[in-house]
Amino acid sequence: MKQFWKSMLKSPSGVIGLIILLLAISVAVFGPMLFPNSPWRMVQRPFLPPFTLSAVPLGTDALGRDVFAGMIFGARVSLLVGLVSTLVALLVGVPIGAMAGYFGGKVDDALMRFTEFFQTIPSFALAIVLVAILQPSIYSIVASIAVVSWPPVARLVRGEVLSLRTREYVQAAVVTGQSNTWIILREILPNALSPVIVLASLMVATAILLESSLSFLGLGDPNLISWGYMVGAGRTVIRQAWWITVFPGVAILISVLGLNLIGEGLNDALNPRLSREGR
Amino acid sequence: MPKRVLLGLLLACGLTASALAQEPKTGGVINAVIQPEPPGLMLAMVQNGPTQMVSGNIFEGLLRYSPKLEPQPELAESWSVSEDARTYTFKLRKGVTWHDGKPFTAADVLFSVEMLKQTHARARNNLAQVDKVEAPDDHTVVFTLKQPFGPFLGIFEVGSMPMVPKHLYEGTDWKTNPYNNAPVGTGPFMFKEWQKGAFIRLVKNPNYYEKGKPYIDEIYWQIIPDAAARSVAYETGKVDVLPGGSVENFDVPRLSKLKDTCVTGAGWEFFSPLAWLWLNNRQGPLADKRVRQAIMYAIDRDFAKDVIWNGLGKVATGPSASTIKYYTDNVPKYPYDPAKAKALLKEAGYKGEKIRLLPLAYGETWQRWGEAVKQNLQDVGISIETIATDVAGGNQKIGDWDYDIAFTYLYQYGDPALGVGRNYVSSAIAKGQIFNNVEGYSNPEIDKLFADGAVATPDSKRKEIYEKAQKILVEDVPVAWMLELQFPTITRCKVKNLITTGIGVNDGFKDAWLDK
Repeated sequence: MKQFWKSMLKSPSGVIGLIILLLAISVAVFGPMLFPNSPWRMVQRPFLPPFTLSAVPLGTDALGRDVFAGMIFGARVSLLVGLVSTLVALLVGVPIGAMAGYFGGKVDDALMRFTEFFQTIPSFALAIVLVAILQPSIYSIVASIAVVSWPPVARLVRGEVLSLRTREYVQAAVVTGQSNTWIILREILPNALSPVIVLASLMVATAILLESSLSFLGLGDPNLISWGYMVGAGRTVIRQAWWITVFPGVAILISVLGLNLIGEGLNDALNPRLSREGR
Repeated sequence: MPKRVLLGLLLACGLTASALAQEPKTGGVINAVIQPEPPGLMLAMVQNGPTQMVSGNIFEGLLRYSPKLEPQPELAESWSVSEDARTYTFKLRKGVTWHDGKPFTAADVLFSVEMLKQTHARARNNLAQVDKVEAPDDHTVVFTLKQPFGPFLGIFEVGSMPMVPKHLYEGTDWKTNPYNNAPVGTGPFMFKEWQKGAFIRLVKNPNYYEKGKPYIDEIYWQIIPDAAARSVAYETGKVDVLPGGSVENFDVPRLSKLKDTCVTGAGWEFFSPLAWLWLNNRQGPLADKRVRQAIMYAIDRDFAKDVIWNGLGKVATGPSASTIKYYTDNVPKYPYDPAKAKALLKEAGYKGEKIRLLPLAYGETWQRWGEAVKQNLQDVGISIETIATDVAGGNQKIGDWDYDIAFTYLYQYGDPALGVGRNYVSSAIAKGQIFNNVEGYSNPEIDKLFADGAVATPDSKRKEIYEKAQKILVEDVPVAWMLELQFPTITRCKVKNLITTGIGVNDGFKDAWLDK
């Protein structure tokens, strides 16, 4: 673990990514405490440009709502959707991949055909359809993002398990008569985890983008403010008021960038083949 | 002094000369925006706003209406009313043919009346006082009423009573009739094609009975789902006509300032659209009158007018728009007063039950309005959950009464007997429809007042009845009235004479011409 942090902190991209993520998380967690007012509240005259009033530093939107407050509350929704939907996708993808890889044969065939079924549908289109059918809400958005993002996890885990399955220590475990569940959970998965962690960090970024895209199209949860919603709602007035779209857009850009940098850092830190001294 | 007279004469001559120069020119193609895409074009079956706008140029009614809502000839060239005001005789225009060449006769009128009674909720209502309709000959139709009905001459506009071709519809299943997708009317324009999601194309009817008309060769109704793209389409010259409500309000001032652009608020006199919130009177906290009144006090309607509608329109005082006959503002008032709203909620014992709000999926303006109202209501302690849905989904929920608060705007058709009563009388409660008494308000006194008002004579008596009804309704708040809407029509100035009647663009292309 120490080793891991050491190499993680050595990689500049990992450090920058971590800083960005920590910043975003602290904004999401503590921001709303500093801004007790709802971001939906109309506080000033509409279309107030940024940097004119210190009370609304980033200006107001078409209804006179504080863009800065919206960004802070939006961070919460965007990050939450990103993290939760990735978690759900992992909970679906990891067991399926592990079972397919471990049992092989017909189980593998069945599970992989099932996975491919999802992979053949363009993921964004599927997400739109799911949200539209289920009615936009935070739950349906998380569910649909999870549904479209678990297949790569399953494929990755299956590949890892397939190769680990033939290792001697696994065979030793089989010989000593341990149960399949035990072997998968204790022997194989822990060793297959590093690429999954790297993938997961990128999935969070993708999930944030997906949520933003859905909200942009008006399929966000109408009761929660998110960055994507702000961009979507401000888009029609972009010629009168650029700031309504630009600031949340930049927020999306930075947080997705941060997560990608973390992914890169994790990749460097967790990949045993990249010799730690050499880099 | 004589000099001045001469100058005046010269000026007058100059004016006449320029007026003469405005002789309509024939030819040209007009691109107009239609928003949103209509669900269908068979006007006898579908009456959504965009359907009326496109199909009003394909179909025709017996009468048209001037901006002052005076009846004018259309398919009927003249009409007379008997002494006892119970018999209306219409002389039909001769030589009128359907787009497929078959002649239009009194039999078509009789058939249309029968069909509309089944397919067109508002027409059924309008025709409730009709005892019988007869056709003594091919070009005469006689309506006999059970009792005098003041607004009767106001029900023959194309959207309210379109004439349907009997030879194509009689004996068929109306819902699945293939001509629903390629409607055949008598109007100045014929349906040509509809590329879903792209455009609806109408072409000139070469056999139109008014010689020389229409002047335009073709109309393309462009379907552009995105509001910003619609504004851009106008700026880049892709479209020349932006009918009222087709661009977002915050774009109106900018577009109005463009070169060669003409803007008018005219053409909505017949409709006088009034926006309100359906409040489901049947269940939950909204069944309590005090909660409904609290909602009226809680909503900042001036804000909605000034910010969301860019200052267009007028704050509504009650069930009638101020342009409707017998309107009175001598009713209880509901200024923006959150403190009063809170007190009323407390008195009613409201305990934070969740209330669902259904915005209207007609674009940005309505979405923003939904957000603003939600915020207003939350500010006084009402717990609101916004339900996101599209137009069809929203219609379904409203029709199934599966809502608590829902945005809408409805047309009022000039007379309270035609456009106002239907929203409050208990006989107009029926599941599955989105236009009539959707809120489930039921008050025998109101039922009686509207029943009496429709048939009362003389006018002063009607006035008295309707003023009383308005007072009772405003006190009861069956729905929360928001704004009298104003939809400016934006056109390139070379499009002339588009708006000549009280329904504006809906039947306007008959007279429109292009100054090339």
